[in-house]
Amino acid sequence: MTDQVYKTDALIAQDIDAYLESHQNKSLLRFITCGSVDDGKSTLIGRLLYDSKMIFEDQLAQLEADSKKVGTQGQEIDFALLVDGLAAEREQGITIDVAYRFFATEKRKFIVADTPGHEQYTRNMVTGASTAELAVILIDARKGVLTQTRRHSYLCHLLGIKNIVLAINKMDLVDYDQATFDTIVADFTEFASSIGIADFTAIPISGFKGDNIAAHSDATSWYSGPTLMAHLEDVDLDQNTSATQEFRMPVQWVNRPNLDFRGFSGKIAAGTIKPGDEVRILPSGKTSHVDRIVTYDGDLDSATAGQSITLTLKDEVDCSRGQVITAAPAPLEVADQFETTLIWMDEEALMPGRSYYLKIGAQTVSSTVAEPKYQINVNTLEHAAAKTLELNAIGVVTVTTDRDIPFAPYAENRTLGGFILIDKMTNATVGAGLINFALRRAQNIYWQATDITRDHHANLKNQKPAVLWMTGLSGSGKSTIANAVEKKLARMNRHTFLLDGDNLRHGLNKDLGFSDADRIENIRRVGEVAKLMTDAGLIVITAFISPFRSERQMVRDMMSPSEFVEVFVDTPLSVAEERDVKGLYAKARSGQLKNFTGIDSPYEAPETPEIHIDTTAMSIDDAAEQIVKLLEPN
Amino acid sequence: MKDVQTHLSRLEAEAIEIMREVVSEAENPVMLYSVGKDSAVMLHLAKKAFYPSPPPFPLMHVDTTWKFQEMYKLRDRAAKDAGMELIVHQNPEAKEKGINPFDHGALHTDMWKTEGLKQALDKHGFDAAFGGARRDEEKSRAKERVFSFRTAQHRWEPKAQRPELWSLYNARKAKGESMRVFPISNWTELDIWQYIHLEGIEIVPLYFAAPRPTVERDGLILMVDDDRFPLEPGEKPVMRSIRFRTLGCYPLTGAVQSEAATLTDVIQEMLLTTTSERQGRAIDKDQGASMEVKKQQGYF
Repeated sequence: MTDQVYKTDALIAQDIDAYLESHQNKSLLRFITCGSVDDGKSTLIGRLLYDSKMIFEDQLAQLEADSKKVGTQGQEIDFALLVDGLAAEREQGITIDVAYRFFATEKRKFIVADTPGHEQYTRNMVTGASTAELAVILIDARKGVLTQTRRHSYLCHLLGIKNIVLAINKMDLVDYDQATFDTIVADFTEFASSIGIADFTAIPISGFKGDNIAAHSDATSWYSGPTLMAHLEDVDLDQNTSATQEFRMPVQWVNRPNLDFRGFSGKIAAGTIKPGDEVRILPSGKTSHVDRIVTYDGDLDSATAGQSITLTLKDEVDCSRGQVITAAPAPLEVADQFETTLIWMDEEALMPGRSYYLKIGAQTVSSTVAEPKYQINVNTLEHAAAKTLELNAIGVVTVTTDRDIPFAPYAENRTLGGFILIDKMTNATVGAGLINFALRRAQNIYWQATDITRDHHANLKNQKPAVLWMTGLSGSGKSTIANAVEKKLARMNRHTFLLDGDNLRHGLNKDLGFSDADRIENIRRVGEVAKLMTDAGLIVITAFISPFRSERQMVRDMMSPSEFVEVFVDTPLSVAEERDVKGLYAKARSGQLKNFTGIDSPYEAPETPEIHIDTTAMSIDDAAEQIVKLLEPN
Repeated sequence: MKDVQTHLSRLEAEAIEIMREVVSEAENPVMLYSVGKDSAVMLHLAKKAFYPSPPPFPLMHVDTTWKFQEMYKLRDRAAKDAGMELIVHQNPEAKEKGINPFDHGALHTDMWKTEGLKQALDKHGFDAAFGGARRDEEKSRAKERVFSFRTAQHRWEPKAQRPELWSLYNARKAKGESMRVFPISNWTELDIWQYIHLEGIEIVPLYFAAPRPTVERDGLILMVDDDRFPLEPGEKPVMRSIRFRTLGCYPLTGAVQSEAATLTDVIQEMLLTTTSERQGRAIDKDQGASMEVKKQQGYF
């Protein structure tokens, strides 16, 4: 079976120059293999590497030794051992993480994302699928279309993979029976069309024996389609599609070696560009014409999707990292609120209302995620109500960004429609999102400034706006200190406003309780109000427990740099509880009050507050004085 | 590269994108430079990524003092030609103790390379270090990210790797933490050779066969590169036509007997060969999982 149809030794030996010449013109296909250990996925990949001669003698010797020691194929070579890399995986006999493998044939180089198939590894499969142009979905011929087959197909389709190969494996164990093959294909066809997969290619194979992998198998004479390898070599590439779209390039880096050169570097996400073409920069909406396409190998006459280039423009227009240069006649949509499909990837569940960084293209912005509209069961594809998304959950959610971003729906362009969410505290990548469509389009992408700006407001008051944000336990003295600060500022003719937690909960926030989600929303609203007040030129003093770092960071991010002053009113729990001015601690201890900060709800102390007040060592007046001093330049 | 459709041009565009991303997001990046063929390709890609600017970061060589003489020569010239600052770090402790590959075995790699690298990164406060590692080199590398996050103690946590989707790289980190970034993760050994051929990149002459003084130790052909090589009583170096498929410390790097004196000859030989690249490296000869352990400790 392994008759080495890809053997090219003769050409290499006779004419290495001709060989190199021909191999410089190979194309590249990235694909993903989906299936579980039982489906023979690792065996199939091992077989592809073996059949394309990517396994060297020393590796083979190691493999033979390993096969005898820990293999599951008796005395035969266990190809799975070749690809199960990390020690933890080899011990457990499962493939935990995404691994990338490489092989090449005469026509193409292949990058294989080898991902685990179990439901608890949806995260890894989605990761592997995000860069794949083709998916090989493995089915055990003895078992047919299973729940996991449906899950894998759905995820590949969701992530935008257009070429689906149904590899019906272990045909040797069903005596290469055509009826078995046909039944599975019929079952899959029905399911595929129900989720919108228009087309797929089914191939009967045996990864273990090598049937229909590199060479047609005599055992399946009833099958006239391509071998797996031939199909991988001939399938049309995504780059051919994206090249025909309108021009789009996110700017990664502004290239300024000297005053005479200003270039915009990036990788073209779609379309083609030529010197002279008119371009529009988003979100600003400014237009110019392309002057040169600069590369190390000389200027280009044109460049197309997939190339990393540097553009210079004919006019001195403002353009920085994160903005997108587009074809002027057909710019992208710009919006700040989206319906998205979100895949959650972190152990800590999604916190609706919390602020996360969102990275899309070359831009990172602040965003908030609403409560999911619904969660999608990846096995049944049914929709279910959900308050949050746990690890590996997929849901449809509204995402709001703190500024306008140019985008394309994910189905149209992966680069301009795919994003990741990053936790602001741990910096972990917690979610992957696909933009479905904009919910609130930017009214006018050509920005019109109002005539009276926030600077005018502040100048009239002869002060710089600021937010003095007191945080601390209940009873720590926030309100008392805030009050003292405001009195001092009033004597200095400063225009101030005090936002107090208890007072706001009687009005603006009366619909909110004390669950984590409600506390987050409480702080978000306070932040927005404080922001409006700083726009009006005021010095805002707030007194809220605001127990979570993320939310305090969220408010900090809303304000202009250095406008936010975090004041940690530090009173030990025992002291605050002893004071118990409002009698709340007693109630919390007796169980009458739930979710009380410090008792049964956490308080995350600031790590680097601008001001740290130790109330056990400082009087109220001294504390207020210290805070006011920091504001004196304002 | 002008033809966008080929696999090499796509790999090149991807590597350039990664380098630009690091320069945009990291505060103080550095490119680790080991003078091998992968480093040569990395340096070439860096020139392309930022042209007409010079690459906006220094090159750093974590030196063990045991590299081949020809490597030192090329190193100094290549940095100068690229208009880049070259930082050479030698672990002072290893120097003082006279750590060497003949007497100290695994400790040599640990002290000079692993510890040396950590020292150098800490000393200069680099928060992102480019490396030329490839996923096809070794099994545990196959699962490493392009942006590989390291704790403040430089540890790699294979179970806590960030998911890496599309070409969206998360470079955020807390103070003291750092990233190792591998722009040529998706290249294979053959890709590297083809690219060197296509782009005419200069590499150390040791990759090409020539008569060189050698001795045989534990089945490896070693080159006697200088007079620090301890010969056995009565042992005399033998001239053999050899070349190297991979370059490291000369006493740890096995040569292959070869007549391939030009680049195309080398590629031809490589394509017809039947042993993998790392076989010549003593460091990988332990058990299957050893590289994973080394990486967790901070080895590149």
